[in-house]
Amino acid sequence: MVSNTIKLFRMNKKLNRSFTVTFLMFVFLALFGAFMALPLVYAVNNAFKPLDELFIFPPRFFVRNPTLDNFFDLVSLMGNSWVPLSRYITNTLFITIAGTVGHILLASAAAYPLAKYRFFGSKAIFSIVVLSLMFSPHVTAIPNYMVMSWLGWINTQASIIVPSLAFPLGLFLMKQFMEQLPNALLEAAKVDGASEYRIFWSIVMPNVKPAWLTLMILQFPMLWGTDGGNFIYSENLKTLHYALGQIIQGGIARAGVGAAVALFIMIVPITLFIISQSSVMQTMANSGIKD
Amino acid sequence: MQSKSIEQPLEESGYPEKRSRIASFLKELRKNIHYYVLMAPYLIIFLLFTVIPVVISFGLSFTYFNMLEFPRFIGWSNYSRLFLSDDIFSIALKNTFMFAIITGPISYIACFIFAWIINELSPKVRAFMTLVFYAPSISGNVFFIWLIIFSGDSYGYLNGILMNIGFILEPIQWLKDEQYILAVVIIVQLWLSLGAGFLAFIAGLQTIDRSLIEAGAIDGIKNRWQELWFITLPSMRPMLMFGAVMQITQSFAVAEISIALAGFPSVNYAAHTVVTHLMDYGTIRFEMGYASAIATILFTIMVGTNMVVQRLLRKVGA
Repeated sequence: MVSNTIKLFRMNKKLNRSFTVTFLMFVFLALFGAFMALPLVYAVNNAFKPLDELFIFPPRFFVRNPTLDNFFDLVSLMGNSWVPLSRYITNTLFITIAGTVGHILLASAAAYPLAKYRFFGSKAIFSIVVLSLMFSPHVTAIPNYMVMSWLGWINTQASIIVPSLAFPLGLFLMKQFMEQLPNALLEAAKVDGASEYRIFWSIVMPNVKPAWLTLMILQFPMLWGTDGGNFIYSENLKTLHYALGQIIQGGIARAGVGAAVALFIMIVPITLFIISQSSVMQTMANSGIKD
Repeated sequence: MQSKSIEQPLEESGYPEKRSRIASFLKELRKNIHYYVLMAPYLIIFLLFTVIPVVISFGLSFTYFNMLEFPRFIGWSNYSRLFLSDDIFSIALKNTFMFAIITGPISYIACFIFAWIINELSPKVRAFMTLVFYAPSISGNVFFIWLIIFSGDSYGYLNGILMNIGFILEPIQWLKDEQYILAVVIIVQLWLSLGAGFLAFIAGLQTIDRSLIEAGAIDGIKNRWQELWFITLPSMRPMLMFGAVMQITQSFAVAEISIALAGFPSVNYAAHTVVTHLMDYGTIRFEMGYASAIATILFTIMVGTNMVVQRLLRKVGA
């Protein structure tokens, strides 16, 4: 235990750290790590608990007799309902994929000129984007509804997808990352006679793949977790997260099914993050706001 | 910038001043047209759903508007009503500031401390711990799991434990008792708050030049605290600014968690925030002018706090 603790930390040669401090830091991290992880571990365990274990007193953290019943119940419950579960999953997948891919494309296209060139309006545009990082979308919720109804987009999936394409955080991070691209690369292409669009598509885009994944990891969970908000009211356009809410409303009898859906909802973004983590960290190294 | 200086000799060749300035401006626009085309799709959507709504919201905040009749200008009365006669708004404002003052600094410092410790770990453990701390903020609104933990009956996890060890005899209504609601929402908000700022801190710490630290040791930096203040913090000031923006904006925007845990409206408005007040008037009562005034105040609070904190952060280690 003790020797493991030491090995976990890279020892810094210049400043000697006392063993006690290192150990205390380890305990501190483990303690808060548990606070962060336990609810999620609990969610995983719940999904595999048979109904009698879900309501045992005193409540038990880990599952004793794991079962897949909850998942079967989920499938049969949703198969019988008016709108099949597959419909909610398809809706959520469509919104999430269209919103994420579109966001990466649009934000990259806008970030490239801002990162690499100075032209009339470029500074002002970037300042407005940074300013818009400073308030949450709640501020614009009401006029957004009016803009949507003016466009006739109420109760369409466009009402969720289109605004998400222009979230400012993605443009900001992409621009910061693109600034690191060597100018020589772009100039060489220009000398070869490539148009700006070609440079963007075949030189800039392939070189910012880590930033694509970062934009994905920020955009995906947001859309994946959307319940359609105020914009969608047709049952056949509703999302998986909305369906989850409905199942939980079902009360005690649905607790197992709810746990199964919750596991499904949370596992997808977490898996994506595991896959893309190293690229994300590479992008985030350039995330700073410079004076 | 460069193009301008190249074009300057041309300007002198006979044209009147004003005309040539417009001409060269148009010329530059035409030269850069590709950049505007590339930015156009993003900017149109950004304008339509972010910039214009902020402007509309500001404009509507001076009107009475119920979505049916044309907005009627009523001057400052929405604002005077908010601050002088809306008791629930003052509760919402108080709660919002409570949330922000507690969760903002704590989550910001937590982001940094955890990032700092995690950065000391070996790469594999580091990747794992990053995942553990970041996972709650991307796990798709599973914060309802806390509903089970804080459930008011004896099946609730917290009640179950406390009753089992004999700390309490009867289950506590965590989410219905005004005494606890605010604290519960704050805990869950903190649990969710290690997001993009946290990642930026870890990444920032990893890019710090090792030679700076070694040079610092020669210059007489004695302990880790000095190293932190004189080397680490100043070299990651851009990330600190970015993280601050993320955490501040988030900490003023508490609403979904409050609604999911405490209900809407919460008991005696114990977890009512400016955002839930805005939802109340905007999506239930349809008093759009009034709701816009709330939105404008929210905008001012968020942007104002961000500006002040940015100014303070420029002083770190300087």
